[in-house]
Amino acid sequence: MTTGYQESFARFSAHQAAAAPAHVSELRRKGIERFAALGFPTTRNEDWHFTSVSPIAEHDFTMLVEASGDVRKTHIEQYLFCPNDWYALVFVNGRFAPELSTIAELPAGVTVMPLAKAYVDAPELVSRIGTQVDAETQAFSALNSAFMLDGSVVHIEKDVELTRPIHLVYVTDPHAAKGMTHPRNLIVSDANSRATVIESYVSVGSATYFTNAVTEVSVAQGATLHHYKIQRESARAFHVGTIQVEQARDSHYFSFSFATGAQLSRTNVYTLLAGEGCGATLNGLYMLDDAQHGDHQTLIVHREPNCYSRELYKGVLDAQSHGVFNGKVYVHPEAQKTDGKQTNKVLLLSERAQIDAKPQLEIFADDVKCTHGATVGQLDQVSLFYMKSRGVGNELARRLLTYAFAADVIETLEQPSVRDELEAITLARFNVAELPAGELAGAETVGA
Amino acid sequence: MLKIDNLRANAGDKEILKGLSLNVNAGEVHAVMGPNGSGKSTLAQVLAGNPAYEVTSGSVTYNGQDLLELDAEVRAQQGVFLAFQYPVEIPGVSNAYFLRMAYNEIRKARGEEEVDPMEFADLMDEKLNFVEMDSAMLTRSVNTGFSGGEKKRNEILQMALLEPKLAILDETDSGLDIDALRIVADGVNKLKRPDNATIVVTHYQRLLNYIVPDFVHVLANGRIVKSGGKELALELEAKGYDWVTGAGAAA
Amino acid sequence: MSSSIDQLISKDYEHGFITDVETDTIPPGLDEDVIRVISGKKNEPAFMLEWRLKAYRRWLSMKEPRWPNVKYAPIDYQALSYYSAPKSVKQLQSLDEVDPELIRTYEKLGIPLLEQKRLSGVAVDAIFDSVSVGTTMREELSKVGVIFCSLGEALREHPELVEKYLGSVVPYSDNFFAALNSAVFSDGSFVYIPKGVRCPMDLSTYFRINAADTGQFERTLIVADEGSYVSYLEGCTAPKRSTNQLHAAVVELVALKGATIKYSTVQNWYAGDAEGVGGIYNFVTKRGKAAENAKISWTQVETGSAITWKYPSVILQGDNSVGEFYSVAVVNNHQQADTGTKMIHIGRNTKSNIVSKGISAGQGQNSYRGQVKVLAKAENARNYTQCDSMLVGNRCGAHTFPYIEVGNNTATVEHEASTSKIGEDQIFYLKQRGLSAEQAVSMIVSGFCKEVFKELPMEFALEAQQLLGITLEGSVG
Repeated sequence: MTTGYQESFARFSAHQAAAAPAHVSELRRKGIERFAALGFPTTRNEDWHFTSVSPIAEHDFTMLVEASGDVRKTHIEQYLFCPNDWYALVFVNGRFAPELSTIAELPAGVTVMPLAKAYVDAPELVSRIGTQVDAETQAFSALNSAFMLDGSVVHIEKDVELTRPIHLVYVTDPHAAKGMTHPRNLIVSDANSRATVIESYVSVGSATYFTNAVTEVSVAQGATLHHYKIQRESARAFHVGTIQVEQARDSHYFSFSFATGAQLSRTNVYTLLAGEGCGATLNGLYMLDDAQHGDHQTLIVHREPNCYSRELYKGVLDAQSHGVFNGKVYVHPEAQKTDGKQTNKVLLLSERAQIDAKPQLEIFADDVKCTHGATVGQLDQVSLFYMKSRGVGNELARRLLTYAFAADVIETLEQPSVRDELEAITLARFNVAELPAGELAGAETVGA
Repeated sequence: MLKIDNLRANAGDKEILKGLSLNVNAGEVHAVMGPNGSGKSTLAQVLAGNPAYEVTSGSVTYNGQDLLELDAEVRAQQGVFLAFQYPVEIPGVSNAYFLRMAYNEIRKARGEEEVDPMEFADLMDEKLNFVEMDSAMLTRSVNTGFSGGEKKRNEILQMALLEPKLAILDETDSGLDIDALRIVADGVNKLKRPDNATIVVTHYQRLLNYIVPDFVHVLANGRIVKSGGKELALELEAKGYDWVTGAGAAA
Repeated sequence: MSSSIDQLISKDYEHGFITDVETDTIPPGLDEDVIRVISGKKNEPAFMLEWRLKAYRRWLSMKEPRWPNVKYAPIDYQALSYYSAPKSVKQLQSLDEVDPELIRTYEKLGIPLLEQKRLSGVAVDAIFDSVSVGTTMREELSKVGVIFCSLGEALREHPELVEKYLGSVVPYSDNFFAALNSAVFSDGSFVYIPKGVRCPMDLSTYFRINAADTGQFERTLIVADEGSYVSYLEGCTAPKRSTNQLHAAVVELVALKGATIKYSTVQNWYAGDAEGVGGIYNFVTKRGKAAENAKISWTQVETGSAITWKYPSVILQGDNSVGEFYSVAVVNNHQQADTGTKMIHIGRNTKSNIVSKGISAGQGQNSYRGQVKVLAKAENARNYTQCDSMLVGNRCGAHTFPYIEVGNNTATVEHEASTSKIGEDQIFYLKQRGLSAEQAVSMIVSGFCKEVFKELPMEFALEAQQLLGITLEGSVG
């Protein structure tokens, strides 16, 4: 399975466009070496028990090295939230597209640039790449390291409070058919800074392609980072994305993962609470249809005392879609006074939808309070009856309650334009667009 | 009965009691009043032997022995009772079982016979009437899901049952409505005997309308700054704590 | 407080004595000949030997599982002896013929076997190393048609029943330890409750490991015919020895239409000493299959064994069938437990309920591993899982690994888990009312486990509570 990738790697590393500093070449070399040794994970691997990646392994994807595609601003406006206000780096088929991007007026103390440019212009930042993610044992991260080419580098310096979000947009169009991209991102939040960074993975057209992204994040002492990932790939696409975060003392990290795309997707969000008094909130919403397979894996490692973590993931599964949620909270012996709460709720809309959930607690400290709850079910029959008794038709009542179930997580987003947009997408999905959004949100609908 | 001499105690690294002295004789009711953070609750916890507080110097003599040398359960067995400000919930353990076990441990320590569940049930009926509680609460888990008032009444029920020599009531009035307050205060008054003593720790004078103290002490910054008779409480109510702590005047 | 908590761990294991009896023990090692010897010693029917050999050949191709969250040195399967029996145990006509030394052993363990001293209302099958010493109350039971005897005897007296049901719930190929057990099992209990019969008394098996360097591989088979009811209790102890001993048992429960089986275990195998030397490796496969309207309920109190690896499970095959799992697992010192359950919902309107209480003290590691699987045709399946962990001291660990797999949208599956420490404020409150630290901890822990204890038969509940007190004694000060 890996020979094709090794050959592809040989061509890639010889390519003129792949020129990079020694540090990056070394990461690439190690990456292909580890990937060749590991191969694609199988379902015997506990972390991949419910997700078979053989559809990815069986394809022969071509590495997209040179700029390609024919994407206009009008094609992607719908994905840009606030196209005029935000700082946006747009990539088409894996390569930076300056004509679609808006990063001209960055305030002082903020760096946002494509990785391929950073190789030359920001060697300091580039040297931090590869320090957090586990490319030793995680095959997809090794593969990303091997084919690391372009991506985004974001640096918020000490005490800088950025009010406008930074948007990193990865667009794939039909020119990328049978191609693969390995976006690599680095987000560095220095002490006491505050920022919002959004990663979007979207598609123009409906090509079959493979996106394998890795984002490394470090949140320094006292810093706050809101980090959203919006995955709306083409329905035929394959998407694997790993976010690895390290948090210092008193930092706060808010993650939101929204996933509706790809035929097979896997999103990993891992955070290490490496300083006292820090907190992480990991929320997410996945809505799947047809034969989509969507897998989320989260890991929160409490290494230091007096930290909190909150997690709320919801899934809405229709048709014969298959959802997987695997959430682990790990508490080291030193991490006393840890306060952890994890909730995972899934709504199965159709007879053939399927969910596999594995919420885990691994606790080695004694003075902790950790809970997790998981529910799987249908719409609450009592709520449904209540609505019907007030004259709301069965079908509309169902859609309303389904929407309310999903909107409950979207409500946790701080950024209003993203919240409104995701609410609108969700409303449209359940055909309740004619109703005022504000009157619906927040209801709890999975039955007891 | 109780002699506290120049007591200093820490909670964690912070010194809370800074040289507190107090004498309590049998038959007396003492009120310890003071603003938040003055060390009232710490005093109550230290006297009961909570290991979360560290005594750094000073002494406490109780009926001629060094109280600080004794473990919490030995103090309890020798008649020291603390009505907790925040009674602790113990899920799954019925109140009746807990009360009987505590009662028997204290009897054993006094060299008395343990009582069997039947005898104990009769005894409980009497005590429940005393605090106007329903027997249904005996089958519930200790304090679990109790309202604030129920918890406080459960404390007084235990006090009635265990018949302490020295009862310390830590903010027993907090969170109580006037009816509950009356029941609790009646309970305390009825338990008063010439051979026992009570320390009432409170922030407000309200409780002292019902439990009339022989002495009132004002605690500020870890020390008793003023002592007097029951009138002192009324005076405090009228003038506020700044009057004795000097916080307002000195500024 | 943690340091004082640690001081409390040190109560001696009270069942750690060794009985001095002459034994018939075969030399260590395992091959097909050994299996033939075991089968021969027990005068088994030919089908049994065939089945054992198939299992053995299958076992050779299997690998020892490594996924449980436990650590131990590799086991040398050729260094174990696979059969050991007191020489004095022969085909006995009555219990009065049992070796007085063995009778004394069981008496010491609190299990009187002789007529005049028997526990009322409980029938006991006493298993000593590889064989059954005797079964009490048989006459009373046979009056209502209940068969309660050793599996060896059942193979001789009721081969058709054994052949029909043995391996029907746990096939010999099920897993590594089940395959090994199928190949070499020596004895165990057999129960058959006829149609519509409510078994008039609790049935109980008491397992005792005595010999050194032997493995114990007992196998229990309980068949409850349509509309019947049985409550079955199981207790286990072993001497204190400095080497680890393997106990790989299999329990199969068959609940036919409308039948109810209630299976309760108090497991108190020797757990090893405070340094983690010695103790039993308790690698057990327990599973029941519930037909239409049948109910299988597992209740376990696990306090012993150096390592526990077991997942009493229910296959909810018939419509409206019910599975329950109530568990208290305590680890102290260096004990490790990876235990939980599997509820496989196949039939419609099937229900399962899981309550797991894990207590970790000392340097113990306690893992709950539970699977709730709702297959596509299991309309209206319901599961509720509650899984709570309590930590006593700061060197232990608690781990929760639930697997929730739902393939039917009419299912409702709920899982709740919590982990917390034993409250210092709770201990102080109880001490302030005159209780000692030990009494306080014992009371808090009993309260924590109450939902499980109330599922145990009365005598067992008391024993379990005491055992818990003893196990945790020394864990708080």
